[in-house]
Amino acid sequence: MLEHIFQPGFFASDEVQTALMVGGVVAVVSAIVGVFTVLRGQSFAGHSLADIGTTGGSGAFLVNVSPLFGFLLFTLTGAGAMELIGIRRARGRDLATGIVLGVSLGISALFLYLDTTIDNTSGAVMTVLFGSIFTISPSTLRPVVIFAVISLILMALLYRPLLLTGLDPDIAAARGVPVRLVGLGFLAALAIAVGLSAIAIGSILSTALLIGPAATAVRLTRRPGVAMLLASGLGLAAVWLGVLLSYDSYDWPPAHHGWPVSFLVVALVFVAFLATEVGSGIRRGMRERNRTSASVGSDLPEAVRS
Amino acid sequence: MFSGFMIDTWLAASMVAIVAGVVGFFVVLRGSAFAAHAIPQGAFAGAAGADLIGVNPLLGLGVFAVASALGIGSLSRRGRHDVVAALVLVLLLGLGSLFVSWNTEYGSELFALLFGEVLGVNNSQLPPTMILAAVSLIAIGVLFRPLLLASTVPDVAAARGLSVGRVDLAFLVVVALATTMTLPVVGALLIFSLMIGPPAAARSIVARPLAGIGLSVGISLLTLWISIAAAYHWNLPVGFLVGTLSGVAYGVGRGWTWARRRSRPTTSSGPAPAESGRLRLTDGLRD
Repeated sequence: MLEHIFQPGFFASDEVQTALMVGGVVAVVSAIVGVFTVLRGQSFAGHSLADIGTTGGSGAFLVNVSPLFGFLLFTLTGAGAMELIGIRRARGRDLATGIVLGVSLGISALFLYLDTTIDNTSGAVMTVLFGSIFTISPSTLRPVVIFAVISLILMALLYRPLLLTGLDPDIAAARGVPVRLVGLGFLAALAIAVGLSAIAIGSILSTALLIGPAATAVRLTRRPGVAMLLASGLGLAAVWLGVLLSYDSYDWPPAHHGWPVSFLVVALVFVAFLATEVGSGIRRGMRERNRTSASVGSDLPEAVRS
Repeated sequence: MFSGFMIDTWLAASMVAIVAGVVGFFVVLRGSAFAAHAIPQGAFAGAAGADLIGVNPLLGLGVFAVASALGIGSLSRRGRHDVVAALVLVLLLGLGSLFVSWNTEYGSELFALLFGEVLGVNNSQLPPTMILAAVSLIAIGVLFRPLLLASTVPDVAAARGLSVGRVDLAFLVVVALATTMTLPVVGALLIFSLMIGPPAAARSIVARPLAGIGLSVGISLLTLWISIAAAYHWNLPVGFLVGTLSGVAYGVGRGWTWARRRSRPTTSSGPAPAESGRLRLTDGLRD
């Protein structure tokens, strides 16, 4: 039975070990940063940073650097540019984010085109956009862990001011919280998280790890600390299950060469979100039905009720 | 540059630019850049899937674009727009990557779907592009007044008995149709910049809706024409040129507003340009 779930060679393979470790670190960081991204309503910013990371990843291929550094450099620069343009006014933010995003997507089109024509690395498009967790070299693990720790320290420092500014920016400012600096610090943590998850499941899918587990957890609990724990657990489960299923999928139909990890992770994350959505809908429906039946009951005379 | 197969390219690209300019004007007016970004990326999965099972990619594009528009529209009514839209978007993208991985000959085809291949437009693509362009423009024409009202003053629109949610849904479907026709030409990732850059530039220059739409169409035509000429001449990807030129157009528009405000200091004490623009928009709606 177990052999059917864990195909022979699963734990012995170096690629799988690296994938499990990198994926695990990335999932936890994304989930923790993601909780605040969802609470602050910055999903679009997170997604845009991921797309901006595409430019960095494809540029890194061009100059033969590890894509990780390309992703990180561009997401951090993108975060700085967004803060500079001023992303707090909702309407202007939408537009300014869109313009920055459009330009950087254009540049990544050029980079990817050059990757495929000059360098003849035709796998670049697939790797940068959709990730290939099994081809991560073990030497990438160390920088991934270092950046993950930086991002987590940032989040630990920002935890209380972020909660306060999230509740009410004006009160936070009145109490001496540097709102703008806190926002910038958070964007930096967000940029690192997005850059890291881009290496694992690809730049345009990293939004899934950032938003999915966090949105699910926020729906289940109101306490941010608990939500972070829950989201980390969900993210870990999704990534590890995704790696396992992808490893098992080598003899699945239709192509017999494995399903992409990225798709499996995204699908698992989405299923979890949908399950809580449906579950909370059913629970709300039951509660409302109970309330209406209770109120109907109270209108009836004593004798009838008993 | 103007002979043989290039004629088809110029025709298709001009239609794409016109539709993107018109639809994009409302995308910018309504601040729904996220939806305009999400629908094409979702549609990409449809194209990849259709390619896999050997159906016309346009059909896959249309089905997935309309489906993602309906999904986002119906979920956004509950007020949790961004999270759900982001998740639907990545799910569809993930599906796209799955379809592409099943296909044995990916690579250049994937690149064309994501970043466009305007130089590869052929004769058979022209009629469906033309029909879709006409349908989107007619739909915008029919929706014009309710859309303008619901976009600028949603409360007034609701008070007049207009269903703002239904207008929103109809508009998203129009975006999906426009996506279906533009995606094969400029690619899934870059329709977005064509729908945002030129209209945003136009809106910062003129405030009246009709003039804005006209200018927006003009700028997007210019952007795409220059892009195609440059792409043909230097053998560059069209997506790169469209993306950067749209950004440049927006920058010029912003610079224009800034210069005008500097040269006429009296207006800076009055309402901000965006505010007066909104007022004039609603004035135009008076019966």
